[in-house]
Amino acid sequence: MNKKLGIYICHCGGNISDYVDVEKVKKAIENEEGVAMAKTTMFACADSNQKEMVEDIKSNGLDGVIVASCSPKLHQITFRAVTERAGLNKYNYVHANIREQASWAHSDDKAGATEKAIHIVKAAIAKVRYAESLEPIKIKSKKAVAVFGAGVAGMKAAIELANMGSEVFLVEREFFVGGRTAQWDSVCTSNQSGGEIVSELYEKIKNHKNIILYTGAEAESYSGSIGDFHLKIRIKPSFVKSEFKKENIEKAISVCPVEVDDEFEFNLKKRKAIYQNKESEFPKRPVIDNINCTRCGECEKVCENIDFSQKEETVDLHVGSILMATGFDPYLPETGEFGFNAIDNVITLSQFQRLVSASNKELIYNGKKIKNIAYIYCVGSRQSEGENKFCSRYCCTTTIHSSIEAKKKFPGIFNFHFTRGIRTYGKQEALYHESSKMGDIYLQSYENDPPVVDIQNGKTIVKINDILTGTKEMMVEADLVVLVTGMTPRAENSIGSLFKLPKGRDKFFNEIHMKLRPVETVIDGITIAGTCQGPKNIAESVNSALSAATKSFSYVSKGELELEPIVAEVDKDTCTWCGICSEACPFDAIKKVDYNGKAVAVINNSNCKGCGMCLPVCPSDSIELIAFSNKEIESMIKLLAKD
Amino acid sequence: MPVSNKKYAKILVFSTEKISDPAIDMAGLLKLHYPPTVYTIPVPCSSGIKPRWILNAFEEGFSGVFIAADGSDCPYGESCTEKTGHIVAKTHELMKEKNIESARLRMAAICSVCSESFVKQMKSFNEYLINNVNN
Repeated sequence: MNKKLGIYICHCGGNISDYVDVEKVKKAIENEEGVAMAKTTMFACADSNQKEMVEDIKSNGLDGVIVASCSPKLHQITFRAVTERAGLNKYNYVHANIREQASWAHSDDKAGATEKAIHIVKAAIAKVRYAESLEPIKIKSKKAVAVFGAGVAGMKAAIELANMGSEVFLVEREFFVGGRTAQWDSVCTSNQSGGEIVSELYEKIKNHKNIILYTGAEAESYSGSIGDFHLKIRIKPSFVKSEFKKENIEKAISVCPVEVDDEFEFNLKKRKAIYQNKESEFPKRPVIDNINCTRCGECEKVCENIDFSQKEETVDLHVGSILMATGFDPYLPETGEFGFNAIDNVITLSQFQRLVSASNKELIYNGKKIKNIAYIYCVGSRQSEGENKFCSRYCCTTTIHSSIEAKKKFPGIFNFHFTRGIRTYGKQEALYHESSKMGDIYLQSYENDPPVVDIQNGKTIVKINDILTGTKEMMVEADLVVLVTGMTPRAENSIGSLFKLPKGRDKFFNEIHMKLRPVETVIDGITIAGTCQGPKNIAESVNSALSAATKSFSYVSKGELELEPIVAEVDKDTCTWCGICSEACPFDAIKKVDYNGKAVAVINNSNCKGCGMCLPVCPSDSIELIAFSNKEIESMIKLLAKD
Repeated sequence: MPVSNKKYAKILVFSTEKISDPAIDMAGLLKLHYPPTVYTIPVPCSSGIKPRWILNAFEEGFSGVFIAADGSDCPYGESCTEKTGHIVAKTHELMKEKNIESARLRMAAICSVCSESFVKQMKSFNEYLINNVNN
């Protein structure tokens, strides 16, 4: 309690001192109980001041330090490190925010801002008096990472982790790796095809001693926490022997009577219940789709490589970190949305890409040669009414790229782009330029006046009130209408539910901080990469994959981990176990144990996230959160309430 | 007629470290002004606020208490909105027992970019407290 405190009040150049009288703040607090020294400083974060702080702490024997400056989000970590360098436990440092929440917020009222800053510093003094020296919690960490999803992000992350020396388990739900990238033939802005990118990554994965790939595999259950996750993985059988002859499989496919929509082709084509990987998918092998196979036995009659005796397998994995790269689903328009499923020549961008890829010489859809193509942008993105308020980032560029491809590949194509403003950011702008030079027509409307797709005299007409020509009504007779559909979160999210991964307002997995902690999630040890986090193009997905791989590796690299000791604590003497706290805990961190012959609650520190949800529900007020105890909060309230 | 001569009422805001506090910081960054008698105590999650802290704030002299809740953005899970709602309901009961007007405790979800909404809330809460509570 009788701490010797050192307090620094920062001018922040003039960001604080232009509005807050820092000298007055210093005078108001320098005689508070325990304050051994108080200083104002031009820039608290400057190297020179940090060195001075270290000397001050040592020479004055300080055991509590406060810096009143900017938001703790920016420099709490800096000053905690300073106190550590001075030999003090870093949890004896308290940060007071007098910039964002005083000088800037009340720059219209200097006296009010100064008065508020004084109160904020006094409250920090109250808090630091109770601050305890804490030791980070140390736990063992298994040097292995499970990567979920073997699309471009998951594969790249797996390779990077393996190269750094971690054991990697790459788990893919589908029978083949490649994800969405495998479905894209031509990808901009390089000349490499999606298949070539996937092939290059797969070769590295196949030959890397540190990577084990599971396909047709899903997580069934998990337990443990950062450094020590235990996963059970369920692997579906392919019902085809590992050794097979291509001609046998071809025979089996030809006799299979079951025909279903081919998801790879976005339902433009059919496939059988027994089918092979596409050219851009790996590993190269046939599989039987267990959901649609009727077990009629026709394939077995003509193919000795079929084996229906194969059983589902489970494997147990022990890893220190989990990296999620589970990708996205393309937006599926509602029936009738811009004529989708109601007018027969209306398709999605994904279907159009497959159509362009699969067609030779002529672009034909539904038996009709295509000449005029109308692209309607932002379908399922930037919705004013619907849930998807976000921009899907990739679709403007992809559409323009695909439209250029179509024009080059098939003579006589005319492209009409019905946009809401083109977003070909960065280098991708070159494509927009190329397309404009090639004579593509760009029309634009606002969100409240979208284009209309209609049938007139048996012809498909797209109409728009074009704002680029003073909202003049423009009309195009389209042979094909392409709905530029964006990205949506995976509809099948059982893995997200299993790991209790929080989702943002856009329903994609949520990072802790968009800018400063972009690949970490609130579940310690689980990182996110690629489009499961939100719309990204391939380059951006790979960037985030490398970032997530590095972060995940940092959890496992040393074999040991230090965790923030902000966890709940139970007063065993007053606790009379009612179990309400355990029910309130979303992380399964509270268990019942025996203590001196009575049942009490106990916190599992590795599972506790320090959210505090257990605090207010306790009928006997027996739970406190470290650094947020009753005495700390209530002493701050007392000081803030004073006039 | 206002029941107080003061321009500003004292308001204690329980903000959350990861969600609403960044919005309050950003309000400052954007120089969106609100009464300087608004003070924040950041906690990890709004569903970890104890009713006794809120009652303590009234006893110590705060005119109003505002919970800048995580809402559906809570990084600790979906149950936050409901749990924070329970805390408010429970505190309202306790306030009733102590003859403290329930309107002196307000809650709204303040997401990490809801700076304008926060400022609007503070201004209207301040106006209410100035006009209705003896500060």
